[in-house]
Amino acid sequence: MGKYIVKRVGMGLLSIFVVATLTFFLMNMVPGGPFVAEKSISKAAQEALASKYGLDKPIMERYFTYITDFLKGDMGYSLRQRGRTVSDIIFSKFPVSAGLAGIAVAVALCVGIPLGCLSAYHRGKFGDRFIIVLATCGIAIPSFISSVVLLYTFGSKLNLLPTIGLNSFKAYIMPVTALAIYPSAYITRLMRSSLLDVMGQDYIRTAKAKGLAGFRVMFKHALRNAILPVVTYVGPMLAGLMTGSFIVEKIFTIPGLGREFVSSITNRDYTMIMGTTIILATLIIVANVVVDILYKVIDPRINLK
Amino acid sequence: MNNRLPGLHLKAEDFIPATAEEKESLVIMRDSVNFWRDGLRRLKKNRVAMVSLFFILLIMIFAYVLPSFWPYTYDQQIRTSENLSPFTYGEAELARIEAGEKVFPHICGTDKLGRDFAVRLMMGARISLTVGLVCAAIVLVIGALFGAIAGFAGGWVDNIMMRFTDIIYTIPDILLIIIMAMSLKPALEQLVTHKGFLWLQKLGPNMIAIFLVFALIYWVGMARITRSQVLILKESEYVTAARALGAGSARIIRKHLLTNCIGTLTVTTTLQIPSAIFTESYLSFLGIGVQVPMPSLGSLATDAVKGMNTYPYLLLFPAILISVIILVFNLFGDGLRDAFDPKLKD
Repeated sequence: MGKYIVKRVGMGLLSIFVVATLTFFLMNMVPGGPFVAEKSISKAAQEALASKYGLDKPIMERYFTYITDFLKGDMGYSLRQRGRTVSDIIFSKFPVSAGLAGIAVAVALCVGIPLGCLSAYHRGKFGDRFIIVLATCGIAIPSFISSVVLLYTFGSKLNLLPTIGLNSFKAYIMPVTALAIYPSAYITRLMRSSLLDVMGQDYIRTAKAKGLAGFRVMFKHALRNAILPVVTYVGPMLAGLMTGSFIVEKIFTIPGLGREFVSSITNRDYTMIMGTTIILATLIIVANVVVDILYKVIDPRINLK
Repeated sequence: MNNRLPGLHLKAEDFIPATAEEKESLVIMRDSVNFWRDGLRRLKKNRVAMVSLFFILLIMIFAYVLPSFWPYTYDQQIRTSENLSPFTYGEAELARIEAGEKVFPHICGTDKLGRDFAVRLMMGARISLTVGLVCAAIVLVIGALFGAIAGFAGGWVDNIMMRFTDIIYTIPDILLIIIMAMSLKPALEQLVTHKGFLWLQKLGPNMIAIFLVFALIYWVGMARITRSQVLILKESEYVTAARALGAGSARIIRKHLLTNCIGTLTVTTTLQIPSAIFTESYLSFLGIGVQVPMPSLGSLATDAVKGMNTYPYLLLFPAILISVIILVFNLFGDGLRDAFDPKLKD
C-alpha cells in the first residue's frame, strides 16, 4: 500500500513538472511579449521593463530561475497587473471557481446517483427508457451551448435570473446548472450500468433468496459495491468542471480562475500563465491521485501491486 | 445363402453411390458465421444504432455534397440582404423577384455580413466532421501502433512505454491544448508562407494545431486499450504458429494482432469522433478554433452569442446541429460496442 501511494504521488509530481516545463517553453514560442501591446510605452521603457522582470536573459537561465523560485514558493509578480503578485491574484480568484465547481459536483452527484438507481430499478420499463434518453442527450450537449441557451431563455427572455456575476443565490443557478448537466448525465449512465452489473452477482441472488425485498437488496447490498465507479469518476469530473468553467465563467462574466487563465494567455502575462497552469494542473492531478488511492482503500478486492 | 452377416445389418443398397439429392442435404446450408457477419447482424437488429447511422449519412451528405449544389457560397456577401430571418429576401433580391427572376430562398436566413446562413452551417458541419474524422484517424494510428508494440514487446520496453503514457494521461488536456493552440499558431502561420507548405494554408494554422494536439495527447487511451488486447492475444496459438513458421514481429503485429483487435479499435475510434468535435467546438468558442472566414459550428455559435436577443435562430441552428452530431455519433458508437465488443456479448 505504502509503495503504491509513493509511486502514485511520485508520478503526479513528475506530471506537474512536465506540465510546467512544457508550458514554459511553449508560451515563450508565442511571438510578442507582455509589454508590446501597450503603445504608450516607448521602446526604451519597454526594454527597461523587460530587464526589470528578467525577460532579456536567455531562456534556459530564466527557466532555471523560475523553477528554483517556484520551489521556494515565489511565483513572481504579474507582468500586466502591476504591483500584484501571482499568488495574490490566484488566491483571490480561486475561491470563486472552487465554490462553483464544488456546488456543481454536489449537484451532479445528487442528481446522477438517484436517477441511475431509479433507472436500474425499473430496468426496461418506461421510466428507465426516459431517463436513458435524458442522460444521452445530456452527454451530447456541450457546456457552452447549454449555458447560452439558459442565458437566453431564463436571463433575457423570461428575465427571471441575473445574467452576470455571482452576487446572490439566484445568480448561482444558471452557471451551476450549465456546469452540472454533463457530469449528472454521465453519472446517471455510470450508476445504472454498474448497478445492473452488480445485480447479476451471486451475493445478490443470495440476498434475494433470503427473501429480502427488491428495494432493500438494491440499496443495502448492491449500491455499496456499485458506487465505486462513480467514486473514480469524481477525479476526472473535477478536471472537466475546472476546464468547463473557462467557458461558463466567460459567458456569465464570473471573475474566476478560468477567465484569468484565458486572458493571461492572450495578454502574454508569462508569470500569470505559469502560475495558473501549475495551480490548475496540480489541482486536477491531486484529485486524480487521491481518487486512485481512495479506490484501492474502499475496495479490498483490488490487489495492490 | 444368407446375404446378411449376423449382427451387422449391412444392406447392399448402403453401398450405392449417393444421388445428387442426398448430397444436397448434407451440404451445410448456411455459411459459417464469422466475426464481421455476426457483429453486423447484431448491429442491424439495433434500431437506435441504425437510425443513428442514417442520421450520420444524412449529415455527411449535408456537409460534403450539398454545398456544391447550393446557389450561394459560404463567403459570398449579398448586399442589402444582411440579417435576414429565414425565408425572407433583401431589397435587391425583392427587386429581382419583381423583375420575374427566381431567387433561391435563404432557408436559415443570413448573418450580419449578408452571408447565406444555411451554406455556412453546411461548411461548419463539414469542418467539424473533418476535424472529428481526421483526429480519430490520427489517434487510431498512433495509439494502436504504440499500444501494440508495448503489449507485444512486454518486459522493460512495455514498462517504459506505459509509464510514458501514464504521465501524458495525467496532464490536464484542455490546459495544454489552449496553450499549444496559441503558441503553435504563429509558428505555423510562418510555416505556411514557405514554399512546399502552401497546401497547409488551406487548412489554416489553427486546424493543424488542433490535429497536432490530438496527435500528441489523445492517443493515450487508445494505446492502453490496444495494449491490453494485445497482451491477451499474443498468448494465443495462432501467434505461436505464425512465429514457428518464421514470421517476424512486425508481421505478427500487423497481420495477426491488430487485425484481431479490430472490433475494439473500431468502437474506440468511433467514440473518439464526437469527443474531437466537442473539443474543436469548445476551442472555437474560446476563439482559438478554425480561421475566418471558414466557419466551424463552434465559431458560428460564438458569433451568434452577441446578437442572440435579436437573432436567436443564428444561435439555435449551430447549437442544435452540434448536439445532434455528437449525439448520433455517441449512439452509433454505443451500438457498435454492443455488436462488436466480445466482452459485452451476452
